[in-house]
Amino acid sequence: MHPKILILKGVAFVLRYIFKRVLEMIPTLLIVSIIIFYFIHLIPGDPVRLVVGPDATSEEVSMIREEMGLNDPIFIQYMSYMQGILQGDLGKSLKTGLPVMEMFENRFKNSIYLTLFSIIWAFIIGIIIGTFSAVFKNKLPDNIGMLTAVSGISVPGFWLGLILIQFFSVQLGWLPTGGADSWKHFILPSIALGAGIMAMIARFTRSSLLETLGSDFIRTARAKGLREMIVIPKHALRNSMVSVVTITGLQFGFLLGGSVVVETVFSFPGMGRLLIDSIAFRDYPVIQALLLLFSIQFIVVNLIVDILYSFLNPKIRTISS
Amino acid sequence: MEDIILKVEQLQTDFQKDNQRIRILNGVSFHISKGEILGLVGESGCGKSLTSLSIMRLFKGTSGEISGGNIFFRDEDITKVTENQMRKIRGKQIAMIFQEPMTSLNPVMKIGEQLMEPIRIHLGYNNKRAKQHAVQMLTKVGIPRSNEIMNEFPHQLSGGMRQRVMIAIAMSCNPDVLIADEPTTALDVTIQAQILDLMRKLQKEENMSMLLITHDLGVVAEMCDRVVVMYAGRVVEEASVHDLFQSPLHPYTRGLIGSVPKIGQKKDRLESIAGRVPDPSNMPKGCKFAPRCSDATAECHEKEPSMLEVEKNRYCSCWLYDKGRSLISG
Repeated sequence: MHPKILILKGVAFVLRYIFKRVLEMIPTLLIVSIIIFYFIHLIPGDPVRLVVGPDATSEEVSMIREEMGLNDPIFIQYMSYMQGILQGDLGKSLKTGLPVMEMFENRFKNSIYLTLFSIIWAFIIGIIIGTFSAVFKNKLPDNIGMLTAVSGISVPGFWLGLILIQFFSVQLGWLPTGGADSWKHFILPSIALGAGIMAMIARFTRSSLLETLGSDFIRTARAKGLREMIVIPKHALRNSMVSVVTITGLQFGFLLGGSVVVETVFSFPGMGRLLIDSIAFRDYPVIQALLLLFSIQFIVVNLIVDILYSFLNPKIRTISS
Repeated sequence: MEDIILKVEQLQTDFQKDNQRIRILNGVSFHISKGEILGLVGESGCGKSLTSLSIMRLFKGTSGEISGGNIFFRDEDITKVTENQMRKIRGKQIAMIFQEPMTSLNPVMKIGEQLMEPIRIHLGYNNKRAKQHAVQMLTKVGIPRSNEIMNEFPHQLSGGMRQRVMIAIAMSCNPDVLIADEPTTALDVTIQAQILDLMRKLQKEENMSMLLITHDLGVVAEMCDRVVVMYAGRVVEEASVHDLFQSPLHPYTRGLIGSVPKIGQKKDRLESIAGRVPDPSNMPKGCKFAPRCSDATAECHEKEPSMLEVEKNRYCSCWLYDKGRSLISG
């Protein structure tokens, strides 16, 4: 077959695959939405009280409760909520009265940037450290690399965040302590957020690479007269990437939610801090929308990982076609 | 001898195990002449494969190390050259085929790329020329639709096809010596015959020297000019194929040849050699084969025999053929 036809077939296949996977997301999201909706209503505390304040009379309270539809059976509430979502309406915040969509706009962008920056540096540095550790197994670079990795895993993000603020913002005054106004505001939070993942990627890269370096095709590559500078990145690393990409993808999903703590430490205007604030205020519509969004992100990340797989491992590509 | 291309002399190779150096190869010597196929036989663990890895110096990632002896390629001792020089020899002058075609190719790289790598490095061809050469090589090793195979991945090919690709890679830079480490062991019998035919044809065409490592005496009889028999990291016998099968000298060789079933022979049980291969970390004193040898005398257990030229071009290390000793005892 002509190579161009092959490529076209490949693209068509990937598109069909994505479409199928998106369809499969629907039942998952439906179940997730029901669970979220139901559980949020189990949270103790009265949102109406929070809206009207402590001085309101019980009449006012019951009036607003009726107005917000909180007296309806939970099933009816769910149905009307879903109706809204399908029309692109996530409801209004109980706290601010603003549409939830509007509140998300900038914060969503901030959070996505923060997670992306974190994962990108963690991925690059993690792979470099892991590769050096594997190549110089049990020697000095390995020891330094794995010491870094163990520290990265053991140190909690919020603590690292506080230390970074203390050192770079308070003492040196180089970087701002919080906010998200310029790229400088992203540096410290993404270090705090990415450290643990960097460590995990480094360790996975090391063990996966060590396994690959023992395989027959690496011996073949060396027997061909290739230099190590080619054998390691071209032949070994690519084979090790499948497992590394998997855990990176999983971590990425966790990062989207895990940024809650780091965002709070850096008073970062993102989704994580919004979640904390909304829970404190029992802002049902915002919490629901956030949790739903986190679920969608998680599923989408998984989809991306699966697609990446097939690029890294040609075997998966041909089996599925 | 005339035109010796590769000469291994008293080669010793050590491995590290539990902080202890263990000598796996102890004084392996043989030579290969131009255009000759030399068989290296012996049972598993006798050091056949390690001999080939020592010649290529493929020890990276293991604790293996050449601790003595010389390996002369033409006139150069390649145990002394730097890693950089060694890389120019690997794949260019001495190439190698391995036992497991299923795992010896990189699973995530197209066949074409894997084949073009040595061509670009050693022959200095640009991409276009390297590609032409690669397609030619695939055709040469009998791969149909070689143009398409260039863009396929190893898992899309059968074991026999993969071994053909390995042969194409090894032959791509026209090496002087081809080391084939059990090239057909992992293949089924009909494919084995095809691969052996192919290797012999290519060897004749290029007048290339070949070191064929195998435990299959049938393959030896069919392919080789001369044979070196190894036991416990040592060479015990060296002879031409004809002599070796006609009248094996060393008791171990006799046992090996005796254990091959013959057509027309009526026997319930095949011959076997009693006992096991000795553990390299706990070698017996004297002749390493003595504990399993039916002809062993007290002296065999005490002193290790040395290599003797028993007849012209026939070498054997066994006290049975040591005239000095037979004079004393007789």
